[in-house]
Amino acid sequence: MSPASQSARDLMRRDRAFDFSSQQRAWLQFKESMRRDRQFDFMVNVKDLELDISHGPILYIEDLNVSFDGFKAIDHLNFYVDAGELRCVIGPNGAGKTTMMDIITGKTRPDSGSVYFGQKIDLLRLSEPEIAEIGIGRKFQKPTVFEHHTVFENLELAMAGDKRVFPTLFARLSGEQRERIDEVLGIIGLGEQAQREAGALSHGQKQWLEIGMLLMQNPLLLLVDEPVAGMTHQEMDRTAELLLSLQGKHSVVVVEHDMDFVRSIARRVTVLHQGTVLAEGSMEQVQNDPRVVEVYLGE
Amino acid sequence: MGPLTPLRGDTGGQVMLAVVLLVAIAVPVLNLAVPDGNPWHVSTYTVTLLGKYLSYALLAVTVDLVWGYLGILSLGHGAFFALGGYAMGMYLMRQIGDRGVYGDPVLPDFMVFLNWKELPWFWHGFDMFWLAALMVVLLPGLLAFVFGWLAFRSRVTGVYLSIITQALTYALMLAFFRNEMGFGGNNGLTDFKDILGFNLQADSTRVALFLASALALAVGYIACRWIVTSRLGRVAVAIRDAEARTRFIGYRVDRVKLAIWTFSAMLAGVAGALYVPQVGIINPGEFAPLNSIELVVWVAVGGRATLYGAVVGAVLVNYGKTYFTGAFPEAWLFALGGLFVLVTLLLPRGIAGLFRLRLRRRTEAPAVREARA
Ligand SMILES: Nc1ncnc2c1ncn2[C@@H]1O[C@H](COP(=O)(O)OP(=O)(O)O)[C@@H](O)[C@H]1O
Ligand SMILES: [Mg+2]
Repeated sequence: MSPASQSARDLMRRDRAFDFSSQQRAWLQFKESMRRDRQFDFMVNVKDLELDISHGPILYIEDLNVSFDGFKAIDHLNFYVDAGELRCVIGPNGAGKTTMMDIITGKTRPDSGSVYFGQKIDLLRLSEPEIAEIGIGRKFQKPTVFEHHTVFENLELAMAGDKRVFPTLFARLSGEQRERIDEVLGIIGLGEQAQREAGALSHGQKQWLEIGMLLMQNPLLLLVDEPVAGMTHQEMDRTAELLLSLQGKHSVVVVEHDMDFVRSIARRVTVLHQGTVLAEGSMEQVQNDPRVVEVYLGE
Repeated sequence: MGPLTPLRGDTGGQVMLAVVLLVAIAVPVLNLAVPDGNPWHVSTYTVTLLGKYLSYALLAVTVDLVWGYLGILSLGHGAFFALGGYAMGMYLMRQIGDRGVYGDPVLPDFMVFLNWKELPWFWHGFDMFWLAALMVVLLPGLLAFVFGWLAFRSRVTGVYLSIITQALTYALMLAFFRNEMGFGGNNGLTDFKDILGFNLQADSTRVALFLASALALAVGYIACRWIVTSRLGRVAVAIRDAEARTRFIGYRVDRVKLAIWTFSAMLAGVAGALYVPQVGIINPGEFAPLNSIELVVWVAVGGRATLYGAVVGAVLVNYGKTYFTGAFPEAWLFALGGLFVLVTLLLPRGIAGLFRLRLRRRTEAPAVREARA
């Protein structure tokens, strides 16, 4: 099989049946991929990929573009995250924050641009599960935990490890794995709820459980979308503590609307507007930037 | 881990298997040891009827495995059942030998009737039981694998998937109706004489087939329990409840579905193979779309995602069917439809849901006490 048809298959695999617009997009991407200078390798073995962060950043997004039916959701975006950093991304509704995460995690394919994990790993060549496997975890905007599983089982399912069919069928929890689950239960403060069905948790608890599920995958980079939406103040404080406890060990990108919350955790803030970076810096710098003020006051 | 470990915590399943065991001991004794005429005698007709119910029960378990635990509403499981049945039917046809109406030593009657001169290639080897038994699981497994591979990797789900499973069984029905296919056309395969050298009409053979069905149900049930209580089973339920999320945490959703789906189809083939020698015929009618829909009703009535509920549903609904089609033949479809509506409205968790409610109340009490203390 030629490399070109392999890459075409690769692209087709990503899109859903009965979704014609995304099939169209896949076709455009297919044509794009036929360009000689951009042909993919025959096979990507995720295990062989090595993360290279010797220059500092763990995530490189360069000149990224994506449009939906002509609407530019991401417009020449450049965005870098350092290893071990806790970064906040703010911006009005529709700024493209969620779309950016969709692209990093392989859910949406960009029209052009590059996304690298470290200096060497081209994320645009990997599928969603492959991206999860190399260490990028994501918390969705709407908490989606497995409602009919207990809190403990949710963490068990999310745990890093061999996730192929037969190893999963024969899997047994080792003492070490059990300890890791208990540890994460402690971090997210749900030790008491371990045997409860996740569907019975409060909204805030579900958000924490989701962060816990992320941690079970030992991700190098965590993408957290609107973690405090709908939370009480107490829950927010608890969440801030939780996220702060992660920096250093993990690189974290938090998308959030709530300014108080961002102020309470952020060192560096990136303001996204109309799919591109409007400003970047400390919270103070960003807040005093006239363009940012205009965007937020104009909202 | 012992062979019964998967039954831990499954009160419903334990009770169900205990009943099956009891019936499996009592019925042969009452049939073979108690003389005809004695009020305790169980007729051979009843033995065979019960054997048929047991093979249906196994089939229902396979449907619940994919519907209840994986979220795939298969409206085509009858096809896997029928394929297993045809594989067994082919063996039984070859067993007839030269005792057919036309007395041909090799060719089954319908081939002689069609003026065929030799056995089609795919009928070769079916005179050997082991090969036929292998085909009983391989043919449905292969069909399910190819179908699932195409459907799951292109992420066809929900109603669309249900519709194409229905189309699958319908297409097979049309194909098997054709004489040129070489499976006896609309008459199917019938007039069986014996199995493994034992006369199919003999009481003892009937009892043996009944026992084989009970054993297959017990083993199949425990195998399915083993899957659903494994981590893979928890992944399956996760796929059922939040497929995209499961993919996202790193599971190959299409492969998990493919594995469980294929296993389910193979087990459905076993059910079909046990069914055919007991009812004495297999014809394309077994592929009828309505059959597959009925299966789903059995599971819904018994209670989805419990496995034992599928057994209860299959037996009760089929008992009802036997009764109804005897008493008011025209009313059966209405009764079935009405039953489905009633269950959906009044008992969304089926009959098993009634038990579960009680169990939960009983087990919750101590926890509440603990919480207060
Ligand atoms: N799959 C999609 N199809 C069409 N439009 C989309 C799609 N996803 C996002 N958009 C649009 O792109 C813009 C950016 O959306 P989003 O990234 O969700 O913004 P944010 O998360 O910053 O609020 C919005 O105008 C949204 O309507
Ligand atoms: Mg958003």
